[in-house]
Amino acid sequence: MERVVITGMGIWSCLGKDLAEVADSLRTGRSGIVFDPVRKEMGFRSALTGKVDMPDLKAQLGRRQRVGMAEECYYAYAATEQAFRQAGIGERTFQEHAVGILYGNDSSTQAVVDGVDALRRKKDTTLIGSGSIFQSMNSTVTMNLATIFGLRGINFTVSGACASGSHAIGMGYLLIKQGLQRIVLCGGAQEVNPVAFCSFDGISAFSVRESDPTRASRPFDRGRDGLVPSGGSAALVLESLSSAQERGAPVLAEVVGYGFSSNGLHISDPDLDGQVRALRMALNMAGMGPSDIGYINAHATSTPIGDLVEAQAIDAVFGAARPPVSSTKSLTGHECWMAGASEVVYSVLMMLGGFLAPNLNFEEPDEASERLNVVRSPMDHRVDALLSNSFGFGGTNSTIIIKRYTG
Amino acid sequence: MSTVAQRGEIEARTKVFLVEEFEVQEDLILPDADMKETLALDSLDYVDLVVVIQDNFGVKLTAEDFQRIGTFADFYEHIEQRIARS
Repeated sequence: MERVVITGMGIWSCLGKDLAEVADSLRTGRSGIVFDPVRKEMGFRSALTGKVDMPDLKAQLGRRQRVGMAEECYYAYAATEQAFRQAGIGERTFQEHAVGILYGNDSSTQAVVDGVDALRRKKDTTLIGSGSIFQSMNSTVTMNLATIFGLRGINFTVSGACASGSHAIGMGYLLIKQGLQRIVLCGGAQEVNPVAFCSFDGISAFSVRESDPTRASRPFDRGRDGLVPSGGSAALVLESLSSAQERGAPVLAEVVGYGFSSNGLHISDPDLDGQVRALRMALNMAGMGPSDIGYINAHATSTPIGDLVEAQAIDAVFGAARPPVSSTKSLTGHECWMAGASEVVYSVLMMLGGFLAPNLNFEEPDEASERLNVVRSPMDHRVDALLSNSFGFGGTNSTIIIKRYTG
Repeated sequence: MSTVAQRGEIEARTKVFLVEEFEVQEDLILPDADMKETLALDSLDYVDLVVVIQDNFGVKLTAEDFQRIGTFADFYEHIEQRIARS
């Protein structure tokens, strides 16, 4: 079995447009959540959202390359380019090795709406334009980036609801561990536009604490009333240790565990047993016990039921070990399809920077979160191994364990 | 609109969408230049060219129309005639 390491990372989110800017936001506890009046005009119950700027890619990519890219592809290109650059991977590596790409993405709503709107307006499919089909598919990120970067390895998109990005890392990890791939770019991408989130808002899943946007996302706090949607993209270069050593690449951290499970129950309710099974599977794969984990980046989205069950699951597995726990969704909102990847990037930044980002707005615990060691404010802290949880609709659960690379 | 004025308008609008949307160098868009060679479009680009022509002139060009068009001057002429017929 190959050891699997991270040799590059990239990020484009409401916390910043590169690793340094995002690390600073995490370290200082800066929220990226705002009130978007457009959503209110559209009929949203909650107009809160993460604020993510669109990258201007005209200088880097030609028209033909850009025309098939949906909004989330723009974010993903920016994150992927950063990750490859940090890993020292470029044309030569793409030619010498079949580099793969696995992205978590589970919608491309704006592109679908735009294409259908064009058809309704023009009543002629040949006047929709060539980009619509390539923008509209869930695999829009992987199909575009594989083409742009000239990737010749594994190439597909993981659609696993809000665990998509985490499962993408897990899949890449398994492929490299088994020796089937040498390098896989793993990531997650999430569109942030209103139409992408209108139906999610429609099931009253979002916080309505609109008067105070940065205090709306409050995972594990007794007063939480829902999540705040957000997005962007995160990318990680996963590589076999032997490949990284051969290339002389920097090793940022090591991936050592991936646990997964399905609840097989309700379509939107979480399940304690399903989450516990994913957590234990990841620990077993990593050969670790509860006391080996120095930080848990929780999935906790700030919904009443979701955070309650996750707190119970963490307590059931970690009990007296009580590792520090925070949900960076308190800063970012819920980055949905991207979250599983971005939260690993955030956590590795904490590990490398020797600090823990706070679980903002954790003011009063409930009966489950009072049993956790929730990080209330930024703190200097050395972490040697961390765990990242991601759960999604349909009862899909994913847990990733990363440890400090020590040779 | 007189014929001369309309031809000028067609040329001006064509330049705008070719430069802005297709990123063609403006100084290459000359009446006697070969349109296909200058634009160097693939089959997907032609789909978008049809869309932008329709948006700008209300005229939908077919593959057969493009085969008959050599230079930019031919294109302007073709559009002018189609507008006149419509």
